Amino acid sequence: MPEKIFRVNLTNLSTSLEAVPADWAGLGGRGLTSTIVAAEVPPTCHPLGPNNKLIFAPGLLSGTAAANSGRISCGAKSPLTGTIKEANAGGTSAQIMARMGCKALIIEGQPKGNSWYSLRLTPEGAIIEKEEELIGKGNFAVVETLAQRLSGSIGVMSIGQAGEMQMAAANISIKDPDGHLRSCGRGGLGAVMGSKKIKFISLDAGEGKVEIADPEKFRAANKTFAKALVDHPVSQALGTYGTNVLVNIINEAGGLPTRNFTAGQFEGHEQISGETMHDLIVERGGKPRHNCHKGCVIQCSQIYNDANGNFKTSGFEYESIWAMGADCAVDDLDQIAEMDHILDDIGIDTIETAVAFGVAMEGGMLKFGDSNEMIRILKDEVAKGTPLGRIIGSGAGNVGKTYGVTRVPVVKNQAIPAYDPRAIKGIGITYATSTQGADHTMGYTIATNILNVGGSVDPLSKKGQVELSRNLQIATAAIDSTGMCLFIAFAALDDATCLPALIDMINARFGINLTAADVTNLGMNILKTEHNFNLAAGFTNKDDRLPEFFELEPLPPHNVVWDFSGEEIDTYWNF
Amino acid sequence: MQVQVKLFAFFREGRFKEEGRELADNTIVGQVIDDLGIDREEVGVLMINSRHCQFDTVLRENDILAIFPVIGGG
Repeated sequence: MPEKIFRVNLTNLSTSLEAVPADWAGLGGRGLTSTIVAAEVPPTCHPLGPNNKLIFAPGLLSGTAAANSGRISCGAKSPLTGTIKEANAGGTSAQIMARMGCKALIIEGQPKGNSWYSLRLTPEGAIIEKEEELIGKGNFAVVETLAQRLSGSIGVMSIGQAGEMQMAAANISIKDPDGHLRSCGRGGLGAVMGSKKIKFISLDAGEGKVEIADPEKFRAANKTFAKALVDHPVSQALGTYGTNVLVNIINEAGGLPTRNFTAGQFEGHEQISGETMHDLIVERGGKPRHNCHKGCVIQCSQIYNDANGNFKTSGFEYESIWAMGADCAVDDLDQIAEMDHILDDIGIDTIETAVAFGVAMEGGMLKFGDSNEMIRILKDEVAKGTPLGRIIGSGAGNVGKTYGVTRVPVVKNQAIPAYDPRAIKGIGITYATSTQGADHTMGYTIATNILNVGGSVDPLSKKGQVELSRNLQIATAAIDSTGMCLFIAFAALDDATCLPALIDMINARFGINLTAADVTNLGMNILKTEHNFNLAAGFTNKDDRLPEFFELEPLPPHNVVWDFSGEEIDTYWNF
Repeated sequence: MQVQVKLFAFFREGRFKEEGRELADNTIVGQVIDDLGIDREEVGVLMINSRHCQFDTVLRENDILAIFPVIGGG
């Protein structure tokens, strides 16, 4: 079936199906969400006002049999950063959306009055429905209730209480194949969905299928591609230990931000490490391997049970565990799992919220290591929208201002994740120059700075870091447009058969002839589109800087500071 | 000389997490790995005192050697 743009206008409660403009035909995922935001959203608009738009788009290969192609992109102007934003996640929605022929869903306008709504997407289009029962409920209640209410194999994208209350750290949850949750985590896109008064979106593709222009070529390319993924040792380690395998190596390298970025090593690292987590999962009858979408051959997710063997959380990731763990000086994995579950249910970003707690601990709101108080605040304050809860739920930058803290690890007001830029300098360039605030996934230099994947660049030297970050950010923007999980990059960086097979699949899917150079150009164009949006929104090169404390405070154990000049950082944009 | 050796991920299976080892002066990193029965092909990252090093780096008294398989995440 021909792909369509599904448009929903909340101001007049209307929906429409539109032909895909020629300029958008070759785009998917992040490339498409950012192109639509840049084309249709006034850069100076208020992110929570009627002129912002919330865009969902599956990747170019989503809905096909391509391995690891189940990422959905969500875009808007971010209420946290004020920049353009794209956050992507696994789960089942990308595949269902692609199979119903939905190239992108554009949600615009804003309803008058206090009514809440839901959207139901089918191959026939979008339907707006009033919603009452689930308002005020968490994401798990939404998923469980909809499993009863709606028949068939449906996808769900929803917000929890944080999104309803338009907290700047609110995320959007995506149901996975087992009814657990994945998150379009960063930048407060859940608040944008809340500002449109949409509690959830259900998706049902019926018998819809994605058409493949050259099925034989597609099958052959997918076989090569999947083999490259499966054979790469990083994939194998991810399936065993999850992303949390990183705790020990980043700690060993002296780059694990600890106690609100005052040290690069955490004495409790072993207790929260991937190795410890793996043993606990096995001992309690959980699953070390779990796929967040059908067709994933890496399976970095897991089922983490509590001490009684009951499900506690899944998709228990390094970034979340680091943030609630080392950054807040908590060394108890079960307490961290409890918080992970609550954060999923409330629908709020684990990185932003936990880094906000780290700043709050420094400001004196609570003590470092007090995980009981963190859990209490999440349940009694954030979930209920008390003034204290809203201060935490609005992110690390907000807490820093409220408590007069100067050590506030944010770029463009978004919390810096699990790698200290003083000890791992390439990632500092990514944090500074990313079009979306501090975000490791924008250009994951850790691969080359620490892991020796795609070569090696000394993490403590300035040499080669700008070029490394630039190349990775360009490649990432392209990968984020395909629907592929970013973890294909480890194989792509090391295995010469991987990227050509990916391009062959895109060509076979659409009957086109993209080259590797075309894919690089796509990545560059996406970055420039996003950058131009930010410039028009009022950002300048002076916003591409790390917080001052990184220049002033040496980080143990290497006792290094951030020493890139503004001029050096600005050379990033020379392409 | 005394060197502290740390192992990670599946390198720990049937071996240890951390162990002090008495080594001859000027022992290189690769020798320690060979003595542990670890296949060099499986080694992803090596660090001495939190700095990356190579198979042929010479160990010194009281060094802390960390040996990781090929791993990743993010």
